[in-house]
Amino acid sequence: MNRKKLGTAVTLAALLGSISFGISATSASAATLPTLTPGVLTIGTDDPAYTPWFDNNNPSDGKGFESAVAYAVAKQLGFPASKVKWVHASFNSVIQPGKKAFDFDINEVSITPDRAKAVDFSTGYYDVAQALITTTKSKIAKAKTIADLANAKLGASVGSTSYSTITDVIKPKTKPSVFDTNDLATAALKNGQIDGLVLDLPTAFYVAGAELSNGLIVGQFAPKAGSDQFGLVLTKGSALTKSVSAAVNALRANGTLKALATKWLASVGGAPVLK
Amino acid sequence: MSYQPSELRLQREAARRRASRRSTLIAILSTVVIGTVLTIAVTGAPGFKAVRQSFFSWHYATTAFPHVLSGLWLNLRVMVIASLLSFILGLLIAVARTSHSPVLYPLRILATTYTDIFRGLPLLLVLYLVGFGIPGLGFTWLTNSAVILGTVSLILTYSAYMGEVIRAGIEAVNPAQRMAARALGLTPTQTQRHVVLPQALRKVTPALLNDLISLQKDSGLISVLGAIDAIRAAQIDASQSFNFTPYVVAGALFVSLTIPLTRFTDWLSNKQDRARVQQGQW
Repeated sequence: MNRKKLGTAVTLAALLGSISFGISATSASAATLPTLTPGVLTIGTDDPAYTPWFDNNNPSDGKGFESAVAYAVAKQLGFPASKVKWVHASFNSVIQPGKKAFDFDINEVSITPDRAKAVDFSTGYYDVAQALITTTKSKIAKAKTIADLANAKLGASVGSTSYSTITDVIKPKTKPSVFDTNDLATAALKNGQIDGLVLDLPTAFYVAGAELSNGLIVGQFAPKAGSDQFGLVLTKGSALTKSVSAAVNALRANGTLKALATKWLASVGGAPVLK
Repeated sequence: MSYQPSELRLQREAARRRASRRSTLIAILSTVVIGTVLTIAVTGAPGFKAVRQSFFSWHYATTAFPHVLSGLWLNLRVMVIASLLSFILGLLIAVARTSHSPVLYPLRILATTYTDIFRGLPLLLVLYLVGFGIPGLGFTWLTNSAVILGTVSLILTYSAYMGEVIRAGIEAVNPAQRMAARALGLTPTQTQRHVVLPQALRKVTPALLNDLISLQKDSGLISVLGAIDAIRAAQIDASQSFNFTPYVVAGALFVSLTIPLTRFTDWLSNKQDRARVQQGQW
């Protein structure tokens, strides 16, 4: 067989492969998925990975909501836990153009149309609400409405939709403070450098309950239309997006996502809605 | 009879002109070739479209510009105040370190320790210590403003840098100057004020301006304490859109601030060099 024929044969085989992959996308098996390393699913998240989304900054123990969801998606795609590899992916490396160092990233990333121009998102795996926490000493500890927050100095961490909750929903008179991480923002709240801190609701419960000795949740904000959802992030135009989305959809349909949320984010009920 | 250049000289000049024309031609040619190769290499890269979209998007540049600009205003104010106070503090440190009086020994030790610590500590660490540590102490009379505490951290670090630069200037003044001033009947303070410091500062002005440029960029680091400066404003926009263009906008604004300052530094040091050559100091 000469070289040209061999080339044609290889192309043909690849073409057939991709067609069959297209058909079997919903019941994908690990072997046919074009992952970074064939047969292994590489999942990215930031370091540190925060509770209650992860546990003990260890994504690979299957504990914490996002770790559990990641393993459930992997299983749905046909990868056993032993074939899942975690890599550290900072926020900037998730949003950079070009090929990413992971098959998908799971790190409380909200889906927005603007962001979807730069990366691919799976369908949402969690509907998230934003919440405001403070300390019992703070002047906004007794706030009942959004109007009560007009004179508060509020904080959020950068890269979160919490910041836009402050600027678009609460609209306080004082410019908000923006921090690199939730830890630094929490430190500022402890010091009284900010009056309140906006976080996603599950994180708010964790920080108010476990990290602050006198923390309390002021309330949550009614989600805007087309509510805020967390999605898995993939390289723009990734061949995996369809299969990953199908896996998330299947997990939602069979109740797995809800069960995992109840298990890991159980305490999330009962925060009053601020209007 | 007017001057008649020799045949040899004419030949030599013609040869020089030919050589000069030739090297200009080669310079143009090589610039064009390298330019073309670079353009093709960059624009032909498989990811060029994606990179252009995420770093040079006109849409995101225009939306981010007002935010970044209002952040830059904070950078400017912080920079002006921090550079003035750093200079004054640095001057005091330098004078203390170069003093010889035995009475001032404790001050000398203090100034040396201060310089050692704050020149060695990374600025980020100073910012965390001052910006989160001091408010943590819980004094109600003390400010907990991120901008003020951030500026204080910048002053702590940069006064140590500037103090060292000024000290080098003071030590570079010829000891004979000091002796001459004393012999003329000037007191040690007068000597320092009218003879040593003017010469010392003139010698180190370019180095101080260099520190100023560096301070201008580092003023952005106070954003770790929560203040929204130009870079942080860009970061907020970038994280909302997953597009890096706001950073490029901030970078362009910073460069446009730095270039005049750099040219001024160049001009100043050139002027000094020329003056020194004329005075025959070299």
